[in-house]
Amino acid sequence: MKTLLERLKAGILIDNPTFMQVLGMCPTLAVTTSAQNAVGMGLATTAVLICSNTVISLLRKCIPSKIRIPAFVVIIASFVTMIDLLLQAYIPALHAQLGLFLPLIVVNCLILGRAEAYASKNKVIPSLFDGLGMGLGFTLALTTIGTVREILGAGSLFGISVMPATYEPAIIMILAPGAFFTLAILMAILNAIRARKH
Amino acid sequence: MELLLVFLGAALVNNFVLTRFLGICPFLGVSKKIETAIGMGMAVTFVMGLASMISYIVYEFILQPLHLEYLYTVAFILVIASLVQFVEMVIQKTSPSLYSALGVYLPLITTNCAVLGVAIINMQKSYTLIESIVNGVGGAIGFTLVIVLFAGIRERIEKNNILPYLKGFPIALITAGFMAIAFLGFQNLIK
Repeated sequence: MKTLLERLKAGILIDNPTFMQVLGMCPTLAVTTSAQNAVGMGLATTAVLICSNTVISLLRKCIPSKIRIPAFVVIIASFVTMIDLLLQAYIPALHAQLGLFLPLIVVNCLILGRAEAYASKNKVIPSLFDGLGMGLGFTLALTTIGTVREILGAGSLFGISVMPATYEPAIIMILAPGAFFTLAILMAILNAIRARKH
Repeated sequence: MELLLVFLGAALVNNFVLTRFLGICPFLGVSKKIETAIGMGMAVTFVMGLASMISYIVYEFILQPLHLEYLYTVAFILVIASLVQFVEMVIQKTSPSLYSALGVYLPLITTNCAVLGVAIINMQKSYTLIESIVNGVGGAIGFTLVIVLFAGIRERIEKNNILPYLKGFPIALITAGFMAIAFLGFQNLIK
């Protein structure tokens, strides 16, 4: 039980995939134009991560180490295809918003990274929780960035207007440069907090 | 003329790194020195051109006739992974000097989302074979241009006095943000 909670804490806080490990930057920057898209992308990635970690951990003794990377990639790609088709069928609006970045979950280095670093060496249940923790950490980071960008760039949060009517939205925040600036400033704030703690 | 538009669109207007956010990992990871940035850019150009061509062939002549379009993600990533492996072996045998220049970057390219991204974009826009290759090479040249420029700026930033908590990733991301603003200027190049 203790290790399971530790895996969750590691994923969400200590080794947060976005802010600490700087993995999976492409979706982090691309789909965080609104909080809703960020949550959708985060949860889709979490689902793939839990499934792939579990299956890779189950098969860890059958996969020869020489061809492990192609094998992992095929397992991950199958789950990505499933999530892609499920979203297309049940949440078509979100599927259209995320577009190209849904199939690109395959090449999110976070997923292959967890397969290689954790799931291929550990038992099934801890691997599952590792996937859940890392996925939630990723979702949390994406949602934070999405929230900042949506409030500043569109004056709303989850599509609901939150800023006073006189607020002039800074369009740049939902364009490409805003993604870089938001992530840079959030990372700088975290660095400053960490520096103060030491 | 059409091809020129596809090329400029891929290289500048919808730049893979700064507008589409594809290939951010190598963009941030392999851009500390100009020489390594050029090496990475060359390797990516080579693989993206080839991947565009082969994924077109796989989609058009294998997946479509068999009505297996939904398997494109699995098929493309396998094509790219084996292509990268194959290119690595060919270069190692035929040109050791090129191998020593590009070798270290080749394995990294499998997880470069620009390569899988270009294959999927070609498919979604239903480009012809020639357009696909032009789109792939154009996108890769745009990638090379941006990563080399970025490496040049980062080399200079290293020597400057930066606030301690901005060191490393934050200052690199801010630089990338300003470059993205500059690339927004290309937005109306093609109407």
